[in-house]
Amino acid sequence: MPLPQDAETPTAASAAPLTLQGMLLGVRKVSVLMPGIVVFAVAFGAAAAAKGMSLAQTLMMSAFVYGGVSQLVAMELWRPEWSWGAIAGLAVVTATVNARMILQGASLQPWFARYPKAINAFHLFFFTDANWLIGTRYRSEGGRDLGVLVGAGLALWIVWIVATVPGHMLGALVADPRRYGIDLVMPIFFAAMIVPLWRGSRGLVPWVVAGCVALLTAKLVDGYAFIITGSLAGAVTGAFRDDAA
Amino acid sequence: MTLPDPGAWGAVLAIGAMAVATYLCRLAGVVLMSFVPLTPHVRRGLAALPGSIVVATVLPLIERLGLAAAVALLAAVGAMFVTRSELVALLTGMAMISAARLLGF
Repeated sequence: MPLPQDAETPTAASAAPLTLQGMLLGVRKVSVLMPGIVVFAVAFGAAAAAKGMSLAQTLMMSAFVYGGVSQLVAMELWRPEWSWGAIAGLAVVTATVNARMILQGASLQPWFARYPKAINAFHLFFFTDANWLIGTRYRSEGGRDLGVLVGAGLALWIVWIVATVPGHMLGALVADPRRYGIDLVMPIFFAAMIVPLWRGSRGLVPWVVAGCVALLTAKLVDGYAFIITGSLAGAVTGAFRDDAA
Repeated sequence: MTLPDPGAWGAVLAIGAMAVATYLCRLAGVVLMSFVPLTPHVRRGLAALPGSIVVATVLPLIERLGLAAAVALLAAVGAMFVTRSELVALLTGMAMISAARLLGF
């Protein structure tokens, strides 16, 4: 298996491709994740309708927030009347749920660093779990074209918004998303990523540390802090294992 | 000075606040890392980060969602290992969890 992140040389730093072919490749790569994303978006639309959100508000949230888990969590906290305190509280909860994006972005930063700031500011708006999974896998296979991430992100964004509509209209039909395993869509995609990320048992130690710290955090703290503490513990372990390079 | 009540704009403002919070999360990691020099240690840490994020996300969720979810995720990983297809992994996992929940697990 190649280790392109370690094998990177300064001479490659000048290459910063962003091509139409790359974007089309990104659309192809994300298309296999689409069925799961559609189901997830329908579930969100249904939950939003059940909470009394209008279709316009539901679409706005899908378009501008564009973070499935945080949108579903927001439905737990959604209310008919809003105070400034409640709005601030919702923003804080959203930031905690989405804090994993900070680490996901950091893990791909060496790739993004070669591109202009404006391009990064643009494509990061469409940056999400599925996108990160695709980008990480593509990079680990030696890919360099940022178009893959842009194409996948844009295609997913459009499908995510469009698929929210039938969910909102058919709300009652998927009143219990658990029954169809919709709550497992993102965990399945994440778990499946272990296969292409596998680098043999030498890379296992940081993962074990990450898993143990995450489990411990989940026992002690409510919410999604376990993703952050576990991931950081794994990264720090990886950083200080001298034989891992 | 007091702000006027959010009133009828409450829902829109709430969505706006979520959108800003989420976009800042998307930017923050990339911006922060641009101030960190890529030493060998940092490089190795970043290399270990993707797998760590995956494991740290999935393991506690399995604990929260229960045994049926654990079996479904294992089946999905198995399907991914054999077919290398996220779609097959997803279908396998969702079929397993739906069946398990239908049977009352």
